[in-house]
Amino acid sequence: MADTGVAAAPAAVRRDRWRPYRAVIGSRVRSQRAYRASFRMDLFSTGVIGLVELAEVLVLYRTVDALGGLDLHQILLVFGLADFAFSLASVVVGHVDELPKFIRSGTLDVFFLRPQPVLLQVVTSELSLRRLSRAVVGLAAFCVGLVTADVPATPRTAVLLSLALVSATAISAAQYVTAGGLQFFLVNGHEMTNAFVYGGRYAATQPAAVWSAPVRAVFGYVFPMAFCGYLPVLAVLGMPGPPGLPAWLAWCTPVAALWAWCAAMLCWRWGTRSYQGAGG
Amino acid sequence: MTGTQSSTDGLRQSGPAIRTEGLTRRFTRREGLRRVTLTAVDDLTVTVERGESVGYIGANGAGKSTTIKMLVGILVPTSGTATTLGRAPLRERVALVRQVGVVFGQRSQLWWDLPVAESFRILAAVHELSADDERSRTAELREQLELGPFWTTPVRQLSLGQRMRAEVAAALLHRPRLVILDEPTIGLDVVSKQRLREFLVAERTEHGTTLLLTTHDMGDVQRLCPRVLVVDHGRLAYDGSLDGLSRLVGAQRVLVVDLDEPAGDLVGVPHTNHLGSEAGGLRQRLAVDSDATTVAAVLAAVTDRVAVRDLAVEEPDIEDVVRRLYSAQRDG
Repeated sequence: MADTGVAAAPAAVRRDRWRPYRAVIGSRVRSQRAYRASFRMDLFSTGVIGLVELAEVLVLYRTVDALGGLDLHQILLVFGLADFAFSLASVVVGHVDELPKFIRSGTLDVFFLRPQPVLLQVVTSELSLRRLSRAVVGLAAFCVGLVTADVPATPRTAVLLSLALVSATAISAAQYVTAGGLQFFLVNGHEMTNAFVYGGRYAATQPAAVWSAPVRAVFGYVFPMAFCGYLPVLAVLGMPGPPGLPAWLAWCTPVAALWAWCAAMLCWRWGTRSYQGAGG
Repeated sequence: MTGTQSSTDGLRQSGPAIRTEGLTRRFTRREGLRRVTLTAVDDLTVTVERGESVGYIGANGAGKSTTIKMLVGILVPTSGTATTLGRAPLRERVALVRQVGVVFGQRSQLWWDLPVAESFRILAAVHELSADDERSRTAELREQLELGPFWTTPVRQLSLGQRMRAEVAAALLHRPRLVILDEPTIGLDVVSKQRLREFLVAERTEHGTTLLLTTHDMGDVQRLCPRVLVVDHGRLAYDGSLDGLSRLVGAQRVLVVDLDEPAGDLVGVPHTNHLGSEAGGLRQRLAVDSDATTVAAVLAAVTDRVAVRDLAVEEPDIEDVVRRLYSAQRDG
C-alpha cells in the first residue's frame, strides 16, 4: 500500500509535468479573486504608478522637441514597448526579488521539500495580476506611438516588434531573477537590487543615445536594457544607433535575452548554493 | 539497463533510512571585524534502520534542525556525509523528497489564505498523485486525523491544534517512507496530542513508515520512540532507549501523594527515595526506582501507612534528563 503513491508518481510525470505549477497558480488567481476590494485598490494604485511614469516622459517633452534623436511619438514607442514588457514580466516573476520574505517566513525551506526545481516554485508561487493595470498603460503608450510615429506597416516591422516584445519580457524577467539570486547574499539588499531592477526598467524606456559611453556599455550589454525598446524602435524606424550600439543589433534581441537569462541562472545558482552553504 | 535500475532501487529499499558519517556543519558569521565559527553539528555518525521510530532530542540550539536540513538537502554538510533512503540529499533532492514528509517547526506547507481542502488538492498535484490515490489518501487522512470539521476552513482561521493536524496530514499525503516531525505536539492540548500520537502509531504499524521526531515532550518519546538520540552542542551524547537514558542519568518517576491528614515524612518505603514534604506533611513526594518496583506497589505500601486522598505520577522531565546527561558527560 505504501508503494502505490511512489510508484504512481513517475507515470504521472510523463502525463503532465506542469500539473503542480498549474495547481498553485490557479489557487493564486482564485485567492486574488476572493479579495476583490483589496485587489481593485492594488490594481488602481499600480495603474497610477504607471501613469506617473508616463507623465514624466510627457512633461520632459514639453520642454524639448527631441531627445537622443527621438521625438515624442517615437519615445512613446520606446516607452510603451519596454514598459509593457517589463510589466508583463513583473506580473509573472515580479515577486522573485522579494526573496528575503520567502527566506524569513520559511517558505523557501518548504520549497526545498517539494519535488520541483526551487526557482520554478518561487516563480509560480504568486501571480501579481494587480500589476496588469500598469501593463495596460505601457500597451496604450505603445499603441499611440505605433499609430503616430510613422512606423512602416511592413512584415519586417511586425517581426522586429514581436521579437522585441518577447525578448524584452524575457530580459525584464531575467533582471528579477538576477535580483532574487543576489538577495541570497544581501538579506537586506532589496534596496540595492531594486536600484538595478527598476533602474534598468527606467533605462529601458530612455533613448540610449543620451547616455554616456560607460552607461551605454552597462545598459547596452551587461544588463541589456537597450534591447528592450530603444534598439528595436531604431531598427523599425530605420534610424542609426549611437556609437557602440548600432541599430542592426535589434535583430539580436533574443541573444540579449539568452545572455540575460544565463547571467540570471548563474546568480540564482550561486545564491542557492550559498543559502545551502555549499560555497559560492 | 532495467536490471541495473531495479537492482539500484532494490539496494535503496533495503539500506538504512538514514545514515550519517562524521556529519559536520559549521556556520561562520561576522561579529564586528571578527569571524566567529559556530559548530552546529559535530562529527555525527548514526544509522536509523527502515521502520524505526527515533526521538531526536536536545536543548534548543543543540543542532537538531541543522541535522534535519542536511538530511533533506536544504543544507550542505561542511564535512562528512548524509545518506537518506539510500540517496544523496543534495544531488538527488527531487527524487528524495518524493519519499520524505517533513513538518518543520513553524514553517507551514499549507496556503494560509486557502481552505484546508484546497491546500490538499494542490499538494496532491505537487506530489503528482493520481486522482484515485489522491481521493483515497485524502479520505484516509481526513478521517484518521479528524480534519472533517475544519476541512473547508481557511488555514489562517485554524487553531494551533487543528493546524498541526493538518500539517502532519499534508506531510503524509504522498505516503512518504520517512517522516520527519519537528516538535509536532508543541502547544497542543492533551486530547490533540493523544490523537496525533495514536495516529502516528497506527500509520507506522500500517505502512512501516520510518519516523524521526524532535520534541521536548517526554510523552511523545515514551509513546512513539523506542530509540532516543540525544545531541549536545552538535555531538551525539546518547543513543539508546529512553529507559536506559533515564537510568543512566538517575532520572526517576515521582509519586506525589496528597494525604487526608498531615503525617511524618514517608521514609523507608521500599525502593523509593523521599524527596520532600509540603503543607506540613499533607503532600509528599517519593522518587520511584522503576527497575525494582512499580508505582502500584509503592502506592500500596504508602496506603498501608497513611490514608491517601489524591495522587499524581510525574514523569522525568525531558529537559531535566538531557540537562543531567550533559552535566554528567562534562563532569566525566
